[in-house]
Amino acid sequence: MTALTFRKLGEDSLVARALDGILKSPKATVAGIACILLFLIAAFGPWFAPQNPYDLMQISIMDAKLPPGSESMSGGTYWLGTDGQGRDMLSAMIYGLRTSLAVGLVSGIVALGVGTTLGLIAAYFGGRIDTLIMRLVDLMLGFPTILVALMLLALIGQGLGKVMVALVLVQWALFARAVRGAALVEKSKEYVEAATCLDLSKTRILFGHLLPNCLPPLIVIATLQVANAISAEATLSFLGIGLPITEPSLGLLISNGYSVLMSGQYWISVYPGLLLVAVVFSINIVGDRLREVLNPRLQR
Amino acid sequence: MTVFVIRRLSQSLLILLITSVIVFAGVYAIGNPIDILIAPDATFAEREQAIRSLGLDRSLPEQYGTFLWNALHGDLGRSFVFNQPSIDLILNRMPATLELAFVALFLSLVIGIPLGLWSGLRPNTALDETVMTGSILGFSLPNFWQGMMLIMIFSVWLGWLPSTGRGELGTFLGIRTSLTTWSGLSHLILPAFNLALFKISLVIRLTRSGVRETMPLDFVKFARAKGLSERRIVSVHVLKNIMIPIVTVVGVEFGGIIAFAIVTETIFAWPGMGKLLIDSIMRLDRPVVVAYLLVVVTLFIVINFVVDILYSLLDPRIRIGSAS
Repeated sequence: MTALTFRKLGEDSLVARALDGILKSPKATVAGIACILLFLIAAFGPWFAPQNPYDLMQISIMDAKLPPGSESMSGGTYWLGTDGQGRDMLSAMIYGLRTSLAVGLVSGIVALGVGTTLGLIAAYFGGRIDTLIMRLVDLMLGFPTILVALMLLALIGQGLGKVMVALVLVQWALFARAVRGAALVEKSKEYVEAATCLDLSKTRILFGHLLPNCLPPLIVIATLQVANAISAEATLSFLGIGLPITEPSLGLLISNGYSVLMSGQYWISVYPGLLLVAVVFSINIVGDRLREVLNPRLQR
Repeated sequence: MTVFVIRRLSQSLLILLITSVIVFAGVYAIGNPIDILIAPDATFAEREQAIRSLGLDRSLPEQYGTFLWNALHGDLGRSFVFNQPSIDLILNRMPATLELAFVALFLSLVIGIPLGLWSGLRPNTALDETVMTGSILGFSLPNFWQGMMLIMIFSVWLGWLPSTGRGELGTFLGIRTSLTTWSGLSHLILPAFNLALFKISLVIRLTRSGVRETMPLDFVKFARAKGLSERRIVSVHVLKNIMIPIVTVVGVEFGGIIAFAIVTETIFAWPGMGKLLIDSIMRLDRPVVVAYLLVVVTLFIVINFVVDILYSLLDPRIRIGSAS
């Protein structure tokens, strides 16, 4: 069996290569640390957020639209001000970050799963199946993601689940194309032939042997797509066809600030926006660095 | 070439057909179509009459046939809100969107190419790093938030430019455009820049990688040996070679600009078809949504088709006809 695992690119070495590449660039290191911090804030936010912005007992309409640094009725300080309902902006942003990251991660991972499976199938079986899947990929990639997601949501209505469905639908094709490209190269190599001769099941060859060797481009695309998904969700929510008011993401918070922007209450839209940019920017920098390090000759 | 054109045309028709099936399924088959297709305050008699005239009492394939037949005759239904044929509404708004998109495209080339050249000719310097990081930032700034910040800075704080609307229109060569009046131009600057920023980043990256690939090639060395100035080498010989990928990518991205115009138009209240789409979605004005979708898909097909043809004309190395 050692002969079989010999050609496999061990998962450890790939992670090590990626980590090494990130640590060698100060910019990517800072961005990576920022990513980790943001994820921690999102994960443990409710424990240290000044208030639960969606608990009506904790917010007071008397505190609505206070500028940053104001004192609240009960003596605390609103470091980033309050919104139109008197919610503490800082707390609302921490909760919004949770929703935004969750939507981005879940839809990214599901799209990764669907796209990878279809891409591997297309590459391995070839012929009609390949043509069918790849025509579908071309069709999806021929239209801008935001347009497809928008039209879909206009047809099926809004909601957390539906937004995720729309985001998966617009993202899977990128993964499928990348995996197929990588798998076509790998398929002709000897280890696949060896695995076939051993009469291993197709599923095992596909996922146990081909997939690990197609990982580098997937890691890069997955990273960048999470950033894209977060951004797309925010845009859809801003347009009013994304998440409902009960699941406020960063995009929805910014949208709330849009109507009062002209009257000078900048903090309601500026701070959630800065947080959104920080998230997307740091993920993109890490992704860009990974692309340089793993160099999977991506076409974007 | 002819074979290629015919093949592409038939593919395009197929895509249009698929889109029409999806739209049909979306509007007619999900839920009760009559609720979607007639105004909510219609009387019972009107409702019955609409069901018969729309053919909703017939089978689904028959209904699809009628839908397709009407669509082919330019009848995509009437808007409930404006009580006009929805296709006319879309086509009336289209020039505003196209104007915005073309200006944004122009800006992205005029700003992106010099920055990309600048960065690509000095790889791995502090300047290159700054421009490249800046371009990632350009990718990362959500379009809508960036637009709001433009309004906040230039309209609210500085008061230099108007924040919403289209301004006065002038006429130039028979085309009504805001490029010829000062009021029109001042209304156009912010939305056009908002729409362009994403593409500026893209053009910077494309130009930079093009320059880096082209500079070590033999013809550049030859030009140097001939004693040409560095300026001439870059502006004539290198630029000509890197224009091919830029033109194709930018051509394909033009569709993306039109899609993102939806966001820009919503923020700046620009009276284009993207704003009409969002308004129609909000007012549940389904016929307009349908018309927008079909018009945009057609537009995309035309753009992709033109880009493919342009690509083969620009680059003599590509022989489309003999492929496959």
